Amino acid sequence: MTSRERILEQIRQNKPAALEKPESIRFDGGYQDTESKFIETLTAIYTEVIIVKSHAELAQKAEELYASVVNRASTLPSLAGWSDFSLNIADPHELELIEIAIVEAEFGVAENGAVWISDKYLPHRALPFITQNLAFVIPRKALVNNMHDAYARLSDTTGWGCFIAGPSKTADIEQSLVIGAHGARSMVIFLMDEDLDI
Amino acid sequence: MSKAIIEHAEASETFNKDEPYVNWHDETLWFVRQKRDKSSKQLPEWEPLRSAASNIKNYVLSNMDELLISFEQKAKENGIHVHWAADAAEHNEIVLGLLKKHNIDKMVKSKSMLTEECHMNEFLIKNGIEVIDTDLGERIVQLRQEPPSHIVLPAIHLKKKDIGDLFHEHLGTEAGATDPQYLTEAARQHLRDKFLTRRAALTGVNFAIAETGGFVVCTNEGNADMGAHLADIHIACMGFEKIIPKQEDLGVFLRLLARSATGQPVTTYSSHFKKPRDGQEMHIVIVDNGRSTQLGRADFRNSLKCIRCGACMNTCPVYRRSGGHSYHNAVAGPIGSILAPNLDMTKNADLPFVSTLCGSCSNVCPVKIDIHDQLYKWRQVLVKGGHVPQAKEIGVKAMSLVLSQPRFYQWSGRLGRSVMRTIPFVVNNGLNPWFKQREMPEAPKESFRDWYVRNRKN
Repeated sequence: MTSRERILEQIRQNKPAALEKPESIRFDGGYQDTESKFIETLTAIYTEVIIVKSHAELAQKAEELYASVVNRASTLPSLAGWSDFSLNIADPHELELIEIAIVEAEFGVAENGAVWISDKYLPHRALPFITQNLAFVIPRKALVNNMHDAYARLSDTTGWGCFIAGPSKTADIEQSLVIGAHGARSMVIFLMDEDLDI
Repeated sequence: MSKAIIEHAEASETFNKDEPYVNWHDETLWFVRQKRDKSSKQLPEWEPLRSAASNIKNYVLSNMDELLISFEQKAKENGIHVHWAADAAEHNEIVLGLLKKHNIDKMVKSKSMLTEECHMNEFLIKNGIEVIDTDLGERIVQLRQEPPSHIVLPAIHLKKKDIGDLFHEHLGTEAGATDPQYLTEAARQHLRDKFLTRRAALTGVNFAIAETGGFVVCTNEGNADMGAHLADIHIACMGFEKIIPKQEDLGVFLRLLARSATGQPVTTYSSHFKKPRDGQEMHIVIVDNGRSTQLGRADFRNSLKCIRCGACMNTCPVYRRSGGHSYHNAVAGPIGSILAPNLDMTKNADLPFVSTLCGSCSNVCPVKIDIHDQLYKWRQVLVKGGHVPQAKEIGVKAMSLVLSQPRFYQWSGRLGRSVMRTIPFVVNNGLNPWFKQREMPEAPKESFRDWYVRNRKN
């Protein structure tokens, strides 16, 4: 008998009597204003939220915020002129040089400030982790209240996807919070009125 | 650890020698518990959420085999290789075999309590594999050659001076430096180099989803993702109880996990792996290692509902004042004390007694495990099985003799009170365990019973 068969057999013998699958549960966020809650939550986790009307305004803001920075990458065609680092590479290790990446993402969650990003939006999974600084651009209307709503919206997760809430952090040294553990040292979220490309 | 086991009581005695240090440890963990309270109270639906999580996990226990089979099938369809390990040794061999197949002798690892349970690092190192723990806390304890003292906060027992000295020695930071920002930056640089040069990454699994064949890994630092997305081969190791039925169930668990653990609304990264990226190999190792036996123990199977948030440790008055290492088990604290006897009743017989049975652990548990009841029940099992030291057994029997005979009990009380009043040095000394870390109370002249009998007559 293989380990697989042995484990499954022992589970069958030892498991408790069958139970019905509990009904799906979904609590309402009950926030008066989802966007204000989203911004409030992100501010508390060291993330700046900037509202922009259009791609043009986004490009202008990006220019202002990261004026002196080199090795800028973006997945947005409207920021092609702003970028100086091509994501068209074969080996993700080369992304190590990136200082700032501005990446389109799908939606945000008000209760915890998490933003959903997936293979659908990324040429390389490593990008949002390896870049020194990270910014997401999401449609202003793409905000949900809580994680129940998030999973209701997320019918599939493609090959890989991630909720990212703020910059990378650790408190492993005497519970002192330090921003910038292994991933992004800073995080900005652009909420955009205009439609995105995907 | 292969070292001889020092029982909890003895280890805590050492831990308690430095009073300001113990007070600091106690307060630090209580602070984390308070953050959990604050965070949970922001959700009016907190209690129903706990019930929902508990119900889902009960369903999982009762349908474990079907859920695992469904998970395996979906994962395979998604291009993931699935392995099954009956015990720690088989798990370790599978991991070693995969590395050897790819001619890899260096690996990065993110947090996995399962690999701690299996003592995988020691095994791989013995077989010529270098393993680098990449979670900052885990890297710290690895450099100190000791196990994590807490499942969520691995280096919670250390002061920043200890870490400064350690990094000065191993990472070349300035002597005497203690600034957490500076020390963390040094670790970031040191570990970035490892991420960029290692071809294999091992991660744990927080949740495995039967419906999709995917799995979720939660970190705050981003180390699991840094490792996995840069490596040619990603190995994810899970105890089989990590399974949940549906993706939407994550809505319940991710709302509870970080709030219970550190008071954050969610971990910074909740990474959902489903298919390997192009050119990458992805493996899942599903481990039993005693879990199927625990599933058969009606009184203790609920311990398999645990989602490893650590809330029971932060709240436990005994854990906070004895430290994780005193528990000599990969998982310390109240939950560790109900999991450990299943792994080895002889070695871990002391652990279910490491509790005041105050019940705080059960009250904070996000999946409603009856931890303190199980601690109590393990005590019965261990005494009946002859796993408890004779001194303890004799003590308990003597107590039972006294308590079961009212006259004898009254006489003993009178004798005790009179001894404490007239010759207090007999009890106020190091031979009396009740005298440790505390003063004995002043003995009253009479018992409540005597007082009651006297006053009722009047």
